[in-house]
Amino acid sequence: MKTLKIEELSKNFGSTEVLKKINLEIDEGNFLVLLGPSGCGKSTLLNIIAGLETINEGDVFIDDYNVSKVEPKDRNIAMVFQSYALYPSMNVKENMIFGLKQAKTSKEKIQEQLEKVSKFLQVDQLLERKPSQLSGGQRQRVAIGRALVREPRIFLFDEPLSNLDAKLRVEMRREIKKLHQQLKTTVVYVTHDQTEAMSLGTNIAIMNHGVIQQNDTPEKIYNKPSNTFVADFIGSPSMNLIKGILKENSGDLLFTVGGSNLEIPIRDYDFKDKLNLNNKEVFFGIRPEHIFFKKFNESDFEINLRADLSEYIGHEQIMTFDYANQEVLAKFPSTIKIDLGKETKLYFDLTQASLFDAQTEERI
Amino acid sequence: MQGNLKSSSYQQLEQKSKYTNMFLRWFLYFILIVFASYFIFPLYVMVVTSLKTMEEIRQGTLLSWPNGLNLESWAVAWGGRGYGAGDTFLRPYFWNSIKMVVPAVFFSTFIGAMTGYVLTKWRFKGDQWVFLFLLFGCFIPFQAILLPMARTLGVLGISNSVIGLVLVHTVYGIPFTTLFFRNYYISVPTELVKAARIDGAGFFKIFFKILLPISAPIIVVTVIWQFTQIWNDFLFGSTFSFGEAAPIQVALNNMVLSSTSVKEYNVDMASAIIAGIPTLIVYVLAGKYFIRGLTSGAVKG
Amino acid sequence: MFKWLEKNLPKIVMAPAVGLIGWFVYGFVLWTLYISFTNSKILPKYELWGFGQYEKLWASRKWLIAVDNLLIFTALFLIFCVVIGIILAIFLDQKIRAEGLLRTIYLYPMALSFIVTGTAWKWILNPTLGIQKMFRDWGFEDFTFDWLVDREMAIYTIVIAGVWQSAGFVMALFLAGLRSVEDEIVKAAKIDGASLFTVYWKILLPMMRPVFFTSFVILVHISIKSYDLIVALTQGGPGISTTMPALYMTQTAFHKSQVGLSAASAMMMFMAVAAVIIPYLYSELRRENAR
Repeated sequence: MKTLKIEELSKNFGSTEVLKKINLEIDEGNFLVLLGPSGCGKSTLLNIIAGLETINEGDVFIDDYNVSKVEPKDRNIAMVFQSYALYPSMNVKENMIFGLKQAKTSKEKIQEQLEKVSKFLQVDQLLERKPSQLSGGQRQRVAIGRALVREPRIFLFDEPLSNLDAKLRVEMRREIKKLHQQLKTTVVYVTHDQTEAMSLGTNIAIMNHGVIQQNDTPEKIYNKPSNTFVADFIGSPSMNLIKGILKENSGDLLFTVGGSNLEIPIRDYDFKDKLNLNNKEVFFGIRPEHIFFKKFNESDFEINLRADLSEYIGHEQIMTFDYANQEVLAKFPSTIKIDLGKETKLYFDLTQASLFDAQTEERI
Repeated sequence: MQGNLKSSSYQQLEQKSKYTNMFLRWFLYFILIVFASYFIFPLYVMVVTSLKTMEEIRQGTLLSWPNGLNLESWAVAWGGRGYGAGDTFLRPYFWNSIKMVVPAVFFSTFIGAMTGYVLTKWRFKGDQWVFLFLLFGCFIPFQAILLPMARTLGVLGISNSVIGLVLVHTVYGIPFTTLFFRNYYISVPTELVKAARIDGAGFFKIFFKILLPISAPIIVVTVIWQFTQIWNDFLFGSTFSFGEAAPIQVALNNMVLSSTSVKEYNVDMASAIIAGIPTLIVYVLAGKYFIRGLTSGAVKG
Repeated sequence: MFKWLEKNLPKIVMAPAVGLIGWFVYGFVLWTLYISFTNSKILPKYELWGFGQYEKLWASRKWLIAVDNLLIFTALFLIFCVVIGIILAIFLDQKIRAEGLLRTIYLYPMALSFIVTGTAWKWILNPTLGIQKMFRDWGFEDFTFDWLVDREMAIYTIVIAGVWQSAGFVMALFLAGLRSVEDEIVKAAKIDGASLFTVYWKILLPMMRPVFFTSFVILVHISIKSYDLIVALTQGGPGISTTMPALYMTQTAFHKSQVGLSAASAMMMFMAVAAVIIPYLYSELRRENAR
């Protein structure tokens, strides 16, 4: 039994297709992050799960029951909003118990839940305050509390941290992580922030143009991106994508770039399909953090590139090198001194490299 | 909480919400249409009555459809019957109103734009108090200034004249026009003015070359507001003018109240429509601006 | 000299507006206040006479009727405008077809003058040929609706016409208020299981407190100043049964030539308006400064 299952779901606003044949499953207790740039359809998908938007095609199942046409209140979900959406005319207590009251829960049960949750979230001193008298972090807690008291099957979060300042955001992120570890409830969390997604999710679904690009664990998303969009979206700076051609040379496979003599051997790469690799146009992908200034592993591949630019950002520096007229970025500790305009010895960790078909942009 | 609902109960929930929703929708439209009829009813009655003969009016009801497109009462309301003395009709008063409205709207809007400009872009110590000082003028009941105003117009020799009314409407429009322009200019970035000053533009150049060209929306709001207010005014018109200098609302009231002969309701209604049509046209053509003016300047009764 | 001019140019530009308002508003109100303490008849006299005019005013039966009428009118006008305005705003907020058209219909009376409104309603309400005749022609032989000529009921005809004119405006204020509420609040309430009724009653309407306040101030202000509508609809009649303070003031000044007495009534109106407006301005300014 899947806690949440989405089948072949499509949604249009007028003539614009916002979601195209989405399929998605979540197991009990998992934390799924929907990640993507703005306008990718992630918030619409969340609203559809909540029942706040109608569906054009496809179905949503909660605990194997089709809830596609069920009202939000009967779906056994709770939602935390970007603007917190606390009711301004009610105090904290009234905000938190409003849902229970609508569901005609007994007074004793309401009181019990309120005490439990407000203690747990440390808002028990604020119960009589109005939302306008709370700080951003406190409002956030109350909004989460309002969701918690209902003990829902699924928690939905819609960019809950984006209205907080940077410091508070990190703090609240940790709290949400702790919360999930303690309560082990199922969560669907929408964000455009990859750090949030990486640190919180047990699964991340990366979306673009209404399509799920990849749905995997954070490690897989980072190490084995399934296409160039994911490779480019995750990581900062993002993965280097060098355009070139694969060449077979007496049994060895080489990555070459036309008009240059730079060659990278491809040895233990886990190809999906080993056929027709010769003369294939590809992107060679390597993350800036997998390029070193000295040999760390026996297998690291040595290459000479010209250093063009250095950006100092405190604990580290981002160096730009020239790879046959394509830019390649690397992340080094800021203590390393490299002369600009000169050839420098670099070491690529090829076990971490990715290859993408230059036409389809899919991983090969 | 409900826990895991069975699929059958989910189905019941679907059914129930569908029927409640349908019933609610019908109820909603019913109420909205009932109120729409209440609001449209007088306008409908005015129009059909103006198209009927007195005979039709006596025989039919308020709602009954006129027998034909009988425009005679409109002609009488606008141009009279042509028997000279005692024959009141709206045409000259309509022009009085135009002659009064155009300059009064122009002057009050211009002054309001200048004061709004100074109050937001050339701020000085105590400018907030000056604004408050002007703003209070929006709220005073005009009864409190009628007596001295009548005397002042007499002293100036412009009582019972269109010029006198232009003065009155210009002065008492300033608080509103200032309010409109001040609230609009306050959202224009002051950097714009600073940049212009660094480029060497002076006080008037900045106003005419930079602020005025981006003021079209608020000018429309202000002009519509002032036009409606002044066109519809009756208190000042009836107090400070009579006879030939009267604006149209005063003339309409006199026509309707005149007890000379048999009441001609069709002519009354045609007159009322003529007096109301300029503002109605403005409302229909520029409703958005009209409403914006209303919500920000509505304190005037 | 030129330097001074340039430096003070903004203030010089402000001067006409400030001067005009200072003279024509503040100066005139003070003049009226002064005159209200004199025994002026046709022409103003300037010897002080104490509170005589105010004593005379509050002893006048006509003034007391005017104040009574004002209270009745204000209360009913306020209640009906706000209730109808809120109902229409909430209903229009339900993703209605032809919302634009309906809004236009509800609000167009606001574009008409009170004289036009009064003329129209006077015709509709007149017993011989208006609504009463319409119902009788339809077969309700005993139907009677002659409030316009009934001393007891005439004041309510002014309420009917006044509400017709202003309810759409309250609707516009509330609709704007409702539309400015964040979407997510309504979504949160839906997930919390609130019915549509609860969403409005418990969440949205309490959020409309500033709109209630604004409507209250504006409507009271309109009702204290109401003059044109009465002139066009009843001329204060039958008899003096629909006199209101604004009508009393002009009649006393220009028909009865009791300038001192009419100045006293004008000052009473001024104080009534001030009692409503000053707290309003104060709170508005505080809100603006708080931002």
